[in-house]
Amino acid sequence: MGHPRVAGVGLTHFGKHPERTTRDMFAEAGLTALDDAGVDTDDIEGVFYGNFIGEVSEDQGHMGPISAEALGIDAPATRIESACASSGVAVREAIKNVRSGESDAVIVGGAERMNNLGTAETTASLALAADDLYEVRVGITFPGAYALMADAYFEEYGGSREDLAHIAQKNHENAVDNEFAQFQYEIDIDDALDAPPVAEPLHLYDACPVTDGAAAAVIVSEEYAEDNDLDIPVRVTGSGQGSDNLALQDREYLTQTPAATNAADEAFDDAAIGPDDVDVAEVHDCFTIAEVLALESMGIFDHGDGINAARRGDTLPEGDIPVNLSGGLKAKGHPVGATGAAQIAEMTRLLRGDHHNSEYVSDASVGITHNAGGTVASTVVHVLEVDQ
Amino acid sequence: MSDVGDAGYDELLEAIDAGDGYYLECENEHGSLPPRRVCPHCGSTDIKEVSLPDTGEVVAHTTVHVPTPRFSEDAPYDVVIVDYGQVQLTGQLAGADDDIAHGLDVTVQLGEATKTGEPVVTFVPAET
Repeated sequence: MGHPRVAGVGLTHFGKHPERTTRDMFAEAGLTALDDAGVDTDDIEGVFYGNFIGEVSEDQGHMGPISAEALGIDAPATRIESACASSGVAVREAIKNVRSGESDAVIVGGAERMNNLGTAETTASLALAADDLYEVRVGITFPGAYALMADAYFEEYGGSREDLAHIAQKNHENAVDNEFAQFQYEIDIDDALDAPPVAEPLHLYDACPVTDGAAAAVIVSEEYAEDNDLDIPVRVTGSGQGSDNLALQDREYLTQTPAATNAADEAFDDAAIGPDDVDVAEVHDCFTIAEVLALESMGIFDHGDGINAARRGDTLPEGDIPVNLSGGLKAKGHPVGATGAAQIAEMTRLLRGDHHNSEYVSDASVGITHNAGGTVASTVVHVLEVDQ
Repeated sequence: MSDVGDAGYDELLEAIDAGDGYYLECENEHGSLPPRRVCPHCGSTDIKEVSLPDTGEVVAHTTVHVPTPRFSEDAPYDVVIVDYGQVQLTGQLAGADDDIAHGLDVTVQLGEATKTGEPVVTFVPAET
């Protein structure tokens, strides 16, 4: 059996859309993906849907059936919650479903509505991904948890706020021409350094924004593509997932994320590649330090060497391995339950050549996506390859 | 949330408040915090309570400026992860200088969230 193919992808605009329901945003993204794929709705045999805080923001649970009916699909539908990795896990379940032969065509995606909550409510909602007893009850916020990791990283490996500012600057610049991005503007290093603190050492421009949006992808088997004469250049050749202790205090490391290492190792083995084969990456930069931890934990850079990768130029569009050409979560935005699927959408378009930044990866054949939940207690890595 | 407590966790807070803090240690000397039936590090079910050392060492620190609603009247506040050797514990830091150094020795007690009065694991610099 061949590798599952990404037949089509769809995104809504990522930004402040507090009045839009998740069901409507997912309908827009899903219909776009189905149209992009040229796959008939009646052929879809399963729906895999990621969402994190629907119970809080919309008083809505049991969102699987809603996601299916939003697209007019009569098929088994399941909502998957894994914090910020919700739709990355959903993608993995979709891939496994097609690989197993259970289905020939499925749709996967996610949506999140966040801006209808106030800042304090949003902060409290995001903290649901942390350990309630031992983290939230002492006042750890989501930025606060990553700030603790950044602080420990600086202590162990060195690095500075200016190193992190180069990551923010890069990702903002990458998003300038991304029509789906929340922040289509450049910032400079001083903008980042002078911004107000959120949880020190992280300041405003180290953090992704609060975002409403949805993403979707249609995944089909190679046989389905052949039988329907579909020319689909991008295939998913590797998938991996890892977990870690939920609370930072229970982990062996504060400066490494072994869940990402395990996910990447599995995905790379699955695709029969190594980290040196990766041409381009979309990684989970909910905070600037998270991009560093992601790249180091997957073996793209050695531990301690990723902190100034953007500053050196390695991860810039013209660098050896462009990272977050979409703008990343930092600038494109982070509608939590949609982010993992959005990374698949962006990488698919980067590899097949219809992304605003495809020019930088015209020779690329291997791309990876890294989607992390909480403080990387859940991680999903996928390997995408394009027919040359 | 209701007023119903959290068995295991509440007893630990009461013990910390009484100056008798403890953690759980498995037969392989892995530390963890209640409630646990299984060591999260090795799977052992042979777990017993062990006294928390008098002092621990700060290994990570942040100052939170944008709080959750529960701590809206306390921001900015300091949060630290403290290493006790076999176990680490997270809490707020009170009574320390602005320039908090890694390696600061601290002792644990209970503070409270100003807005809600709920107990908060809180560290203070150890008396030298």
